Amino acid sequence: MNIEKKIATRQSFGEALVELGKENTQVVVLTADLAGATKTNLFAKEFPNRFINVGIAEQNMMGIAAGLASCGKIPFASTFAMFAAGRAYEQIRNSIAYPNLNVKICATHAGITVGEDGATHQMLEDLSLMRTIPNMTVMCTSDDTQTKWAIKEMAKYNGPVYLRLARVATPVIYDENQSFSIGKMIQIGEGTDATLFATGVMVPEALKAQEVLKQEGIDVRVVDVHTIKPIDKEMILKCAKETKKLISIEDHNIIGGLGSAISEVLTENIPCQLIRMGIQDSFGRSGKAEDLLKYYQIDCQAICKAVRQ
Amino acid sequence: MKITKVEAIQTIANEIRRDIIEEVYSAQSGHPGGSLSCSDILAVLYFNQMNIDPKNPNAPARDRFVLSKGHCAPALYAALARKGYFDQELLTSFRKLGSNLQGHPDMKKVPGVDMSTGSLGQGVSAAVGMAIASKMDHEGLRVYCLMGDGEIQEGQVWEAAMAASKNKLDNLCIIVDYNDLQIDGTIEKVGGLVDIKEKFQSFGFHVIEVDGHNIEQLIHAFDSAKHQKEMPSVIIAKTIKGKGVSFMEGKVEWHGKAPTQAEYEQAMKELKNEEE
Ligand SMILES: Cc1ncc(C[n+]2csc(CCOP(=O)(O)OP(=O)(O)O)c2C)c(N)n1
Ligand SMILES: [Mg+2]
Repeated sequence: MNIEKKIATRQSFGEALVELGKENTQVVVLTADLAGATKTNLFAKEFPNRFINVGIAEQNMMGIAAGLASCGKIPFASTFAMFAAGRAYEQIRNSIAYPNLNVKICATHAGITVGEDGATHQMLEDLSLMRTIPNMTVMCTSDDTQTKWAIKEMAKYNGPVYLRLARVATPVIYDENQSFSIGKMIQIGEGTDATLFATGVMVPEALKAQEVLKQEGIDVRVVDVHTIKPIDKEMILKCAKETKKLISIEDHNIIGGLGSAISEVLTENIPCQLIRMGIQDSFGRSGKAEDLLKYYQIDCQAICKAVRQ
Repeated sequence: MKITKVEAIQTIANEIRRDIIEEVYSAQSGHPGGSLSCSDILAVLYFNQMNIDPKNPNAPARDRFVLSKGHCAPALYAALARKGYFDQELLTSFRKLGSNLQGHPDMKKVPGVDMSTGSLGQGVSAAVGMAIASKMDHEGLRVYCLMGDGEIQEGQVWEAAMAASKNKLDNLCIIVDYNDLQIDGTIEKVGGLVDIKEKFQSFGFHVIEVDGHNIEQLIHAFDSAKHQKEMPSVIIAKTIKGKGVSFMEGKVEWHGKAPTQAEYEQAMKELKNEEE
């Protein structure tokens, strides 16, 4: 993990779209008055004719994306996670997922790490909402390298995908040679004292905790869950067998997201305890992102504490 | 207490602008542009028009105000503090961890906030609900709802407009802060929503157009709205985003950005009250 080099996954997304636009002329990008914040302005600059700013009208944006996809385009629709999965939930369900249309929903500013904007903008339920829709693939990437891979991969895959992206800049974890595949978690370390299943911005926190715990002689593995659906059953069961403790960590309500997805696999196969770290069924609040991670007890320190207990 | 002197209201509007800069500067985040453009509107509403009592913020028959464009919370907080709802000193805690002054208004945390907002297009439906409830209880109160010109691109706004005229909500008055800017550029370029006046007219609204920085015109407009029977009113207030701070005026980049120390000092200098 390169702590020196920090980049927000929304930035990686914006840059990857430009590359994709060069390779694939079917790619169309949409936003709802958030071109700057979602970094889709980078694509807009290169390909103004394949860029659609619908104004402040997220539901309409999802409908337009569905129509574009039905005509063979590959639309990437982007806004804040709150207004994508939240505001336009039913458009996504009925106009995109039900007809299984090839729309890529790229939702930035997810989670508590949105910071100062506060509860109305801190989407803590999107993984839950998107995960329960049939046909939907749900992803949440953890760094620059992984996000750039995901954008390319999503364009190759035919079907609706929801990608959760962050506002805050986070360390680059993977080098260019790292291989990824949709639906396969990435195990970092061989530790058997605990498994830290983490997704998105929580992966660097888990990696920091892994380092701290190592000094204390506690050896944990981190599992980066970039695909929430389909969930990687094999990896979950393997870790349940090999490690003493299982912990899930997400910048999301503990109900319905990563913790729930892992629990579902465990209860049906080898019932055992899972400690779910995340937002404990509450709304967010204003504050600096890093202060909020501490306040909601999902920072490195809180993770270490949970492992030690 | 109702203030009628135009100059006195102007002075309050200017104080609100100073507070906005103070809030956004101390938070180092927030939305100065749209807050500055609606300061005169809020000064007129809170100090000349609305039937409210800061000592009794939950009085059932009080007039209601919904800041549908919730990102302009700095302006609302400034008006509420000045009116006496809470201590002025709290303003610098805006957007900080532990403060009740959230990035977007929270009705459970701040006295005087009648609706929690922040997701654009939703406040107006709540305002329609308040106006209907008031009619049911024969309370005779008025409901005011401030919206952005970008915000009214949300489909929900027109669903609300339809409901307002169908229910003959003459106790509802929407104000559109027509500053001609949203985040990605001008209203016409991004949203393409033109002929706002004609649109509201065809939805059954009494439409009043004013200069949103002219206190006298605003007072007349609100008074005229009160006399409308059986139909809702909308005041389309032509404004300048960032009004009052030369380098912010008409500049889209000041939608959601905090000033540096030098910019802060410059802004406060420009907003000094003339009589001082
Ligand atoms: C539903 C929703 N979509 C997007 C946003 C993000 N957003 C915040 S302010 C804004 C632009 C608002 O423009 P306008 O209504 O004209 O406000 P003003 O110019 O008065 O600041 C946008 C898109 C939001 N808060 N809510
Ligand atoms: Mg505007």
